[in-house]
Parts: sequence; structure tokens; C-alpha cells
Amino acid sequence: MSDKNNKITQAMPDGGLPRREFLKYSAAAATFAGAFSLGLPMPGWAEQATPKAGGTLRMGLAGGSTTDSRDPGTWADTFTFVGFSAVYNTLSEISVDGTAIPELAERWESTPDAKVWTFFLRQGVTFHDGKSLDAGDVVASIQHHLGEKSTSAAKTVLGDVAVVRAQDAATVVFELHSGNADFPYVVADYHLVIMPAKDGAADWQAGTGTGGYRLKHFEPGVRMDLVRSPDYWKPGRAHFASAELLSIADGAARVNALVTGQVDVINKVDLKTVALLKRNPQLVIEETKGAQHYTFPMLCDAAQFQDNNVRLALKHAIDRQALLTSVLYGYGQIGNDHPIQPGSRFINTALEQRVYDADKARFYLKQAGMDSLKVRLQASDAAYTGAVDASVLFKEQARKAGIDIDVVREPADGFFTNVWMKQPFTTSFWYSSLTADRMFSIGYAKGAAWNETHWDNPRFNQLLNAARGEMNAPLRQEMYNEMQALCRDDGGAIVPLFASSVAARSRRVMHGGVTAPYGELDGLRLIERWWQA
Amino acid sequence: MSLYTQLRRAPLSAKFGLLVILLYVLVALFAPLVAPFGETEVVGEGFAPWGGQFLLGTDNLGRDMFSRLVYGARNTLGIAFLTTVLAFALGGFCGLVAAIRGGWIDQGMSRVVDILMAIPQLIFALLILSVVGTTTTSLVLVIALLDATRVFRLSRAVAMSVVVQDFVEAARLRGEGLWWLVTREVLPNAAAPLIAEFGLRFCFVFLFISALSFLGLGIQPPTADWGSMVRDNAVLITFGDVSPLLPALAVALITVSVNFVVDWVLHKSSGLKEC
Amino acid sequence: MNSLCKLLAQRLALGLLSLLAVSVIIFLAVGMLPGDVAQAMLGQAATPETVAALRLQLGLDQPALTRFFHWGWQLLQGDLGVSLANQRPIAELIGARLGNTFSLALLAALVSVPLALLLGMLAALYRNSWFDRLLNTSALSAVSFPEFFVAYILILVFAVKLAWLPSISNLSPDASLGEVLERSLLPVLTLSLVVVAQMMRMTRASLINLLASPYIEMARLKGIGQARIIFRHALPNALAPIVNVVALNLAYLVVGVVVVEVVFVYPGLGQLLVDSVAKRDIPVVQACSLIFAATYILLNTSADVLSIASNPRLMHPKG
Repeated sequence: MSDKNNKITQAMPDGGLPRREFLKYSAAAATFAGAFSLGLPMPGWAEQATPKAGGTLRMGLAGGSTTDSRDPGTWADTFTFVGFSAVYNTLSEISVDGTAIPELAERWESTPDAKVWTFFLRQGVTFHDGKSLDAGDVVASIQHHLGEKSTSAAKTVLGDVAVVRAQDAATVVFELHSGNADFPYVVADYHLVIMPAKDGAADWQAGTGTGGYRLKHFEPGVRMDLVRSPDYWKPGRAHFASAELLSIADGAARVNALVTGQVDVINKVDLKTVALLKRNPQLVIEETKGAQHYTFPMLCDAAQFQDNNVRLALKHAIDRQALLTSVLYGYGQIGNDHPIQPGSRFINTALEQRVYDADKARFYLKQAGMDSLKVRLQASDAAYTGAVDASVLFKEQARKAGIDIDVVREPADGFFTNVWMKQPFTTSFWYSSLTADRMFSIGYAKGAAWNETHWDNPRFNQLLNAARGEMNAPLRQEMYNEMQALCRDDGGAIVPLFASSVAARSRRVMHGGVTAPYGELDGLRLIERWWQA
Repeated sequence: MSLYTQLRRAPLSAKFGLLVILLYVLVALFAPLVAPFGETEVVGEGFAPWGGQFLLGTDNLGRDMFSRLVYGARNTLGIAFLTTVLAFALGGFCGLVAAIRGGWIDQGMSRVVDILMAIPQLIFALLILSVVGTTTTSLVLVIALLDATRVFRLSRAVAMSVVVQDFVEAARLRGEGLWWLVTREVLPNAAAPLIAEFGLRFCFVFLFISALSFLGLGIQPPTADWGSMVRDNAVLITFGDVSPLLPALAVALITVSVNFVVDWVLHKSSGLKEC
Repeated sequence: MNSLCKLLAQRLALGLLSLLAVSVIIFLAVGMLPGDVAQAMLGQAATPETVAALRLQLGLDQPALTRFFHWGWQLLQGDLGVSLANQRPIAELIGARLGNTFSLALLAALVSVPLALLLGMLAALYRNSWFDRLLNTSALSAVSFPEFFVAYILILVFAVKLAWLPSISNLSPDASLGEVLERSLLPVLTLSLVVVAQMMRMTRASLINLLASPYIEMARLKGIGQARIIFRHALPNALAPIVNVVALNLAYLVVGVVVVEVVFVYPGLGQLLVDSVAKRDIPVVQACSLIFAATYILLNTSADVLSIASNPRLMHPKG
């Protein structure tokens, strides 16, 4: 079933950064006002190798559906993400080093409290129909996702936005309800593409963008055909003459299409086959260390899990490394019971990794006044492929700690409506958020719509509010460090795994050697970044 | 002829079929004794090689492949048999009655069946299973109901050409009741195609379950069943891996065997003297 | 022939009634599914406000009965409505896919029906010979593997190893007829393998069943050859069950091929229907179901009429 219940469709190629990059960013943030326009001339676009122009990029992608549409508010999976990010541009772009760099906005600046953000638009950019880009288009495109009547998947991403207005033809101002130091990362969300305004509303029906490729043909759930736009404004990008996206839902069919040379790139490679694909000298596996993570949420207000010792016992009774090997075939990273992925610019590097320790689990059970524990885990593969397998493994591991987990399989259809957040112990997953703030705000803050553990930690909630508007990066990081420790030692979610996205390409196509650290297929932008060999 | 002599005179194919069926039934009945490990028990590292402690190696989670296959026999055969019997009891009986009674009973039942059959089987199953949930019970009932419509149609069609024959007419004139007509007059003369159908229907249940697994609604993990086991590993076929072949061969073997036996019974009941 | 026309008219009228019943059932069943199109579309990104807004926008706040009658009224005017999920006209959404589905079914039928009948007759003719046994065993083996398994094996042989045929049916808008045929060949082959066995076995079983009847015995005693007995004397009388099985399989080729569509990425109606069920897109589910139901009813009615026409005793029932 294609109905995967994407929990956060704002599944952004996460704007996480390696530690080193984080320092660079914080320096820029400190001096702020237009740091990007001054110091970093188009950092991501310069390529080392000389790309070859021409050819067709043929992709076989999972994540397309016959119910897809051209309306950016409805985009929910890889097929539309990848296809339309070649047709459209956004205000900012996440570059291959994970930073937000200018795209349609030439530069931006904010007030010191990070509440008012001003974006200065690039001049001379035209849409495919010849109309030139101005602030009205940007305002209409953003407003497409706002307002009471909006049904856009990006509505919550823009939850902070109070007003968006055109200051003049080339300047757009966002006023936020509360400060957000990460706002340039927010407008890089692939839902927030800039469409031409028609009578004050964004015209999504036409499929006309400012991107490197024109939409030639789009048959939802089947295919999308793109041809290169002759006058693309961005230098050193969009090398293929055309691109062909095929929606291939079946994993075996994708692999077959790649092996038999009918497509050049596939995504979501069945992990069982990765080792076998690697033997083929014509193919290259592209692993993107993911920010998508799997959780076992325990409801902190359920009688069974009210005592933190019980939660800690279960957190120690799971063998993360074994799960990584069995469920993800090693394609992922182990989690530390908080939602910030290893390698993110927000990660608390000093926090000790929790490991499988049956004795400690027993110790915490004793602390809670128990000799043994019997819990019911309601699992479903609606959360992720292998969720039931992972639960069965967890059951076997916890047995050694005197914990008896009764795994009950729930139907996938309706799992997130009827079971998740309603039953004490379930399976769940998260796409990562753009920023630590957003991840914590939607999944861990008191009263948040998707606080899947009903966790309420006053210190955590206080830190969350304080960090959001904090422009001093080192100070903010300190707060995030403490928040991660709180999640790990008090929170209700067991976070055993971060999953990688595994794609594969034929050697007929290539890229600059480095791909975007988060978001599959080079941060979903392979069409304009890759070229034929 | 005693049963023993009949068996002894059976053709080789039927003997082979009976032997295989007997073997499967024994394995299914005594699965816990045959299997060295539990159905869902994680007993070793993932992907252990064949031989040694694990006869057919282990699957990705480290569960013993051989034990899974053995338990799969129990689950798969049990479900398929139960479903087929239910479908034939319901569909076959209704079909015969419809043919014999005719009139509004026939019309009524035929229309209901027509309507049910007009809805694509897989879609209907998908809808119902989404509503009631994919438990083994609902799976059996839903597939049995859907299969019963097919059986109804066939048994009615076959019985129709029987009921117009003179001996049925004679029985009718004698004033025999419905039950007599069904069991004594029509069924014996309509049995052959029905038995042939039973063999195929029985096997179609496996296939239907694996098709449902393909769409994510079959027998759910961690329960071992051949249909889902084929599905789970089918992607490896392209790489020449044999592991998906094992459960598929298990299904194929039982299908061929059941139908060998069916053919034999069919042949005997057809009253053909020549060989 | 008059009675036949009457029968036909009667059956068609019943067919229309069945269609109505099908649409009611589908409407109710989709309505009973957990969640609605608004929740399914927004997925877990849904907030109460966006769901409410989307429901209002799609008219889901109307009572179910009102929506059903509205849909029925539109349909009577020849308007299938628009998809709730992406607002495209359903006629346009279905158009190309319907053609694909029917051409796939037609090709598969052209291959499988003559083949099945021929093999069935040959098997009956040479019954219990090694030829019969071989045919029977291979047909059974073919039918005992799941469709997707057969498909993957064919792909392994013809696409991966031999590289004769493409593994997916990439029916691009500008493909020529030859290309379309080439790209449809593997799905056609898979489907043929799947349906041949049942039709063949029914042909054989029905024929053999008849071979025991007195009139065949009579013919045989008169010294008529085996082949002639089968083709001239047995076959016409065995038509009823054969026609029925053929009709069932033809219907299957149209409505039951979603798995083959998925494996070969063939853009047919089945995939659209499954996707629409997942998204609770009722108008699309309704439209597809009606097309499938109509196909089935037509084939079924033809089978009935044919089997009645082939049996004089049914044509002119006594009393």
C-alpha cells in the first residue's frame, strides 16, 4: 500500500551539518546581517569536475502515486519531490555541504531577535513562460500554504509565519510570531517552491517554474518527462538535456529496471539486495546517512510507564546494534533515545551512547520495585518496513532482562489514527525535521500535536522556548545538549535506529563526488546536479 | 473393490500424490515435533549458511529457515484447506439448489452472486480486510466467501445440464425432496468438474494469499506462511538466489500432488472403462 | 431465436441493476474504511484544522446519501466527476489506462484461449499418455506459482539473462505500436501462463466426462475416429462449462491483474484502483469498480447465453 501515513510530510532533507560546518555557520550568524551575500559567493554551485552536457537521465522511483498532483501543498513523497524540484526553485537551497545557501533569494537578513526576516530576490530570473520573477510571486507562493483554508502539507512548517509581504518588487519580508534563528532553512522546504502569481494567487496548475527543466508531461503514478529550459539562470547546473521519471512501486521491479539498463538511477533499494547489487561493476550504491528514525514510544502518563525507572529498564533492554544489522542490514546508525541524528550540527557529542545491558535493565526494574515486567507492544509495519520484525527481536532481547514483551501485530491501515498515541506502547517513525527546534517542538514539547509519548518535562519545555529565539549559537547549542540528555534519560521514546536512504545508480551517470548529506538522491536535486558520464 | 486394492491399482502419479499429501499432513500436524526450533524464535545470526546446526540456514532475523518452512506447512495448509472446504460447502450446495429449484430461488441467488463476483476479487478482499482487519479468521472467511461465488457459478452451470436430463425429471415426478435430488441425482452426475475445481481452488487459495501479501494484506509477520515467505524474498530471484524457491517449490509440489490425486478420482468417477 | 433475444434483454436489464448494487456496495464499503480522503491525503501531517478545511473543500461535510445521489445524478449525465485526491477529471484519469488494460487483456486472451482449448482437446484425445501427463504436470506447476513469482522468473530469463525484452513496460506517449507490443510481451506471457492451465484442465475434464456417455459409446461403436468424436460429438456438448471458465478467465484478465501491473510497471486500471482505495478517493474507486463490474457482467452474460444456446434442452425447457 502506498498509504504510508507520512508522519511529518515536512520531511526535509535535513539541514544538519557536520561539526566543522556548524562553527562556520555560527560565525556567520554572529556577524549576521547579510553574511551570505558578503562572505560566501555561491558556495555549493562550483563543481570541480567538468560536467558533460546532454543526454537523458532516466529514473525509476518509489514514492509516486496515481493520486499525486501538481499542487505543491499535496506533495508527499519522493517522486513529486524530485520531479518538481527540477521544475521549480525555492528561496534558499540546502547545498551539498548541508548549509542553506541563496537560491531565488540573493541574500537575507534578520532582526536580532530573529522575528523579522527580509529576503532580497535575485534579479533577471524568468519563469518558463517568460514572465520575470518578482516579490508578488513569492508572496503568492508562500500564501498558498497559509491561511485558515489551507490544506497544505507545509502549513505547519510555516506555523510561525504571521505575515508575509512584498516590501518592494525585489524584497519579501516575513514577520514571525516568535523568533526563529533557522528560518533560512525553513524556506528551503521543497513544498515552498516559487510559482508565478496569477490574479494574486499562485498558479500551480500550469506547472511553470523558474527551474532548470520544463514540465513536458506528467501522468501521476506513471511518469514525468522534463526537458531542459534553454535559459536557466543558475550557472553550472542542469546538464542533462532531458529527464524521465518512472514511478516504480515494486522494489524488485526497480532493481530489475536498473540491472537491465532501462533506468539509470533508482531509489529505496531493497536492503536485501544491496550486497548483490554491489557485485555488479556497472552499478554504484549511493547511501545517504539518514535522519529518518524509528521509535518505540511509551506513553509517560500510562500507569505502566509513569515510573521513569520502567522506561529506563526498557531503554537498556534493547540491542541497537543487533537491530541495525537485522532490520537495516547495517544501512543506518544507532540511536541514543533522542531524535537528533549522529552527524547533525545539533548533536550533543558529549552524550554517552546507551548500550544493551540486561543487568542495568534489571537494576532499574528493581528500582521501580519489580522483579519482572510484562508489557504489550502494539506493532505495525505501517511505521516502517520491518517494524514487526524489530519488535520480535526486541522481545527476544528483553527476555534476558526479565522483561516479557507481548508483541501484538496491528493492521497497517489506520494504525496512526487508531493505535499510535492512544495505546501505551507502539511502533513509530519520524522523518527528520529541518532543525532541532522543529523536531523537539512537534514531537517532544508538552501539548504538541504529535507528542507521541505524552511526555511533559518542565525543564525541557522551558529550554525549548528559550533556545528558539536565541541568536547566540554556542549558547543555543548548550541548551540543545541539555535537551537531548533529558530526552535520553527521562523521555518516553526509545530511539534505537536512524535509517539511511539507499539508492543506486548506473555508471552511465555521475556526480561531483560529494552528494548532499541529508535527503536521498543528492538532497532530491540529482536532476540538476548530476550529469552523464 | 476394497480401498486397499483401489489404492494398489492407482496409477503411479496418484500414488506419488497421495504420498506427498500424507507427508505434508504429517508435517503439518506434528510441526512442533518436526521443527528443531520455534516458529518465531530467533536462534542465531542472520543469514547463517546451510548445514550444520541450521539445516537450511537462517533468515535475515536469524530464525531457522527449516523450522519456518515446517510451521509454514501447518499454517498454509490449514488455512487453504479450511477455506476451500468452506467455499465448497457454501457455494457448491447453493449452486446445486439453485439449479434444481430454478425460479426465483435461482434468480435471487444468481443475482447476489453476480453482484459479488462483479466486484474485482482482490479489491473486494482489500476493502473488507481493511475494514475488519487482517486476522487469520477474517482472511479465511473473506476468501471462502469470495471463492464460494466462483464455486456456486460452476456447480450451478454443471448441475443445469444435469437437471434437464430425464432421470432427474423422473425423480422430480416421483416426488423426491430437495435433499434427495441434490445428493442422489445431481451431485453424483455433477461431481467430476467439481472435484477438478476443488483441486485448483485449493491451490488458488495459496496464490490468493500470496497476492494479498504482495499488496501488504496477507498473513502477517511473524507468522510463517509460504505465500508471504515467497513474497518476502522474491526480489532475490533476479540474482539467482534459491531461498525464495523453497517455499514456492513447497507450494508447487502440493499443488501438483493434490491434482494428481484429483485426476485419479476424476478418472474413476467418470466411469471410463478404457485406460 | 426470439426467446434468445428476450433472454438477452432480460440479462442486460439485470446487469444494469447489478451495476447499481455494486456501486452502492462499493460506496458503503469505502465509507466504512477507517479514515477518509482528507486524512489519507494529509497523512500524519494532518492537523485538525487542515483536515476540516480539506473536508469542506471536497464537500465531505455533506451527508453520505446526498453525495451518493449527487454522484449518481452526474453519472446519468455522463459525467464521472473529478478525483477528490488531485481534482483531475476522472474520465481523463481513466482514459489511457482503460485502453492499456483492455489491450493487455486482449493480447493475453488471443494467446491463451486458443492455446488452452487446443491443449485441452489434445490432452483429452491422448488422455493418460505421457503427453497428457507432461502437459498436465507443467500446467499445474505453472499455475501453482504466484503470479509475481512467474513474472520474476520470466524477467530473470528474458530480461536479465538473455536481454531480449525489457523488464518494465515503459509505455511512453511517443512509443510506436511495435515498441508497445515489445514492451507488453512479458506481461502478456505471464498472464497467459497463469490462465492457460485452468481453461485447459476444464476443457480436458469436460471432454473426458462426456466420453463416457452412451451416445459417444455409440459413435465409437460405429467406428468413428477418436479425433472426430471429440471435435464433432463431444465438444459441442462440453461447451457450457468451458465457456464459463473462459469467461471467468477473460474477466480475470481485465480486473485481476493488479499484481502483474505492479511488477511490470504497466499503467493499467488496477494500480489506479488500489491507489484510490488507499487514498479513499471514492469517485475514482466507483468509476473503476463500475468499469470492472460492467466488463464482468458482459462477459458473464455472454457465457450464459452461449451455454444456453449450445444446449437445445435449455433453449426449450420442458413444461
